[in-house]
Amino acid sequence: MSSKGDILKRIKLNQPTEAAELPDLNLLGSEQFDVLETYKTVLKGIGGDPVEVADYNEIINYIKSNYNLDKRVITTLPELSEIASLDWKTVDPHSLQDVELTVVKAHFGVAENSGLWVTDDILGQRVAPFIAQYLAIIVHKKDLVRTMQQAYQRIGNMEYGFGTFIAGPSKTADIEQSLVLGAHGARGLIVFLLD
Amino acid sequence: MSSEKVIPHSEAAAKFNKDVERVNWHDETLWFVRAKRDKSAHQIEDWELLRETASKIKFNVLSNIHDYLVEFEANAQRNGIIVHWAADAKEHNEIVHSIMAKHEVKQMVKSKSMLTEECHLNDYLAEKGIEVIDSDLGEYIVQLRKEPPSHIVLPAIHLKKEDVSETFHEHLGTEKGNFNPQYLTESARQSLRNTFLTRKVALTGVNFAVAETGEIVVCTNEGNADMGAHLADVHIACMGFEKLIPKREHLGVFLRLLARSATGQPITTFSSHFKKPRDGKEMHIVIVDNGRSTQLGREEFRNSLKCIRCGACMNTCPVYRRSGGHSYHNAVAGPIGSILAPNLDMSKNADLPFASTLCGSCTNVCPVKIDIHDQLYKWRQVLVKEGHTPTAKTVAMKTMAKVLANPTVFNIAGKSGRFVMKNVPAMVNNKMNKWYDQREMPDVPEESFREWYKKNSKESKDKKNE
Repeated sequence: MSSKGDILKRIKLNQPTEAAELPDLNLLGSEQFDVLETYKTVLKGIGGDPVEVADYNEIINYIKSNYNLDKRVITTLPELSEIASLDWKTVDPHSLQDVELTVVKAHFGVAENSGLWVTDDILGQRVAPFIAQYLAIIVHKKDLVRTMQQAYQRIGNMEYGFGTFIAGPSKTADIEQSLVLGAHGARGLIVFLLD
Repeated sequence: MSSEKVIPHSEAAAKFNKDVERVNWHDETLWFVRAKRDKSAHQIEDWELLRETASKIKFNVLSNIHDYLVEFEANAQRNGIIVHWAADAKEHNEIVHSIMAKHEVKQMVKSKSMLTEECHLNDYLAEKGIEVIDSDLGEYIVQLRKEPPSHIVLPAIHLKKEDVSETFHEHLGTEKGNFNPQYLTESARQSLRNTFLTRKVALTGVNFAVAETGEIVVCTNEGNADMGAHLADVHIACMGFEKLIPKREHLGVFLRLLARSATGQPITTFSSHFKKPRDGKEMHIVIVDNGRSTQLGREEFRNSLKCIRCGACMNTCPVYRRSGGHSYHNAVAGPIGSILAPNLDMSKNADLPFASTLCGSCTNVCPVKIDIHDQLYKWRQVLVKEGHTPTAKTVAMKTMAKVLANPTVFNIAGKSGRFVMKNVPAMVNNKMNKWYDQREMPDVPEESFREWYKKNSKESKDKKNE
């Protein structure tokens, strides 16, 4: 327990004495580009699939025709109750191991890197987007921001226990730099861009 | 500090260079990553401003780190996180073990943490009868092979798919001779999935710790940190104290730089912000010093603590690319490792600042603008002064300084050198002469430039014409 005191004492003694002001972040993030087009291009570039949809019906139809609904599909969105279950938020997270597809909705997306900001209140369970074989995330087109600069302005002092940016499917290139999708998390990511 | 005997970088590099084809492949693979970094960086108009901003934020951190640490601890505790402080590697390992012991757990799943490599946590826990499984694919591969990672971002970059296939065949029972990366990755996925589902304790590293909010951010592409932490009862996150940043909004700067600098990706697949433990679960943060406060006090070297561990300096380094990470005998290899390691153990790591051409490419790509090549140069001065360099080199340098300082001696040395090289080349072209290693000695000129100049300069011609 005494280590804390010793470490802090040594740090105080050794840290630089000159004052170093924090830089102005407002100079950053002024790049201008087409947000939707950039978002789609970047997402495709990292192995994700953008799908533009007008409403939840289109999402339901897309999922019906592209995924095996005999397997376990979970969501946090009542709009999708026809194709996905909603009653898993309080179960042991280990029991989600057989989930084929998780569908959630992001707070917003970031065009420059295609990241989608999600927090535990909209994830149902923290492990839900990681443990599923496939992942689909819905985001409103109006909720796309340009860069991480705007992203953190938007997050501001938002309260959460856990939050993450998800950009594309889980992947690795640890074997000879060969890109393989589906390392430990989702093997594929569909982003439904909602009008 | 222990000064166990290590193989010097130049010797290990010479061994690595024996397999020419493999060295060329290693060189090209890392250069390919460097090229991806360039392409990605050049797409960002603000790139240079981002680097400058990141460097300034980190300098502010170094100047105020005492207060930021106090602020971070208080906020983390308010979030329900248990915070520990470790003065050195030993204390870090003991803290981690005590958490395991308290929960009576004998197995751990770990995501990538170079700090735990620095502290040799796996060996320590193994001695205590605790099994650790590394879940980052690259780390998993090297762990099965009982090797350390050779790169901080790409731990198995020194291996070819044939090597991985052989290792997986032996340990996971994959098909012999199946070199397909897709197949091999899938096998590891299946095996590690079972690990994630059965471990009660997960350990992760920390990319950034935010003083203002008491949250930590962990970046992975595989999702392994999240699979571990969200399924375990206990999440332990270990961090060197220099991982602190002042405010949440500063993450916007660092997350734009990190993955682009590392692999050329716009961002890692997952940038996970852990602020509070799950209901009823435990989260611990271990804040580690292990020499960092000493480095903070070395004015010329403290900037090395700005490092965000992207590995860009390694990918670009002509020496790293052609000598491999293991030749640096330190958890962090390459240029940045070579300025961090002497702080930990000067005698053991005295060779590392010399494993560089001082070309400056590392400094040019560093996202937080650390003056890496200047620090390498400055470490050389310190190491020579403190007597950590080989005697032969010191004697040779001192002799050279004397010769160069005195024109008469220089003349005589030049003449006798030319005579020897011409008439008894074996005296020079032998193994005693380090300059003869991997080089042919040049043809001996008839005369020195000085002699030629005396004959041909305008002045002497004028004299002759008088």
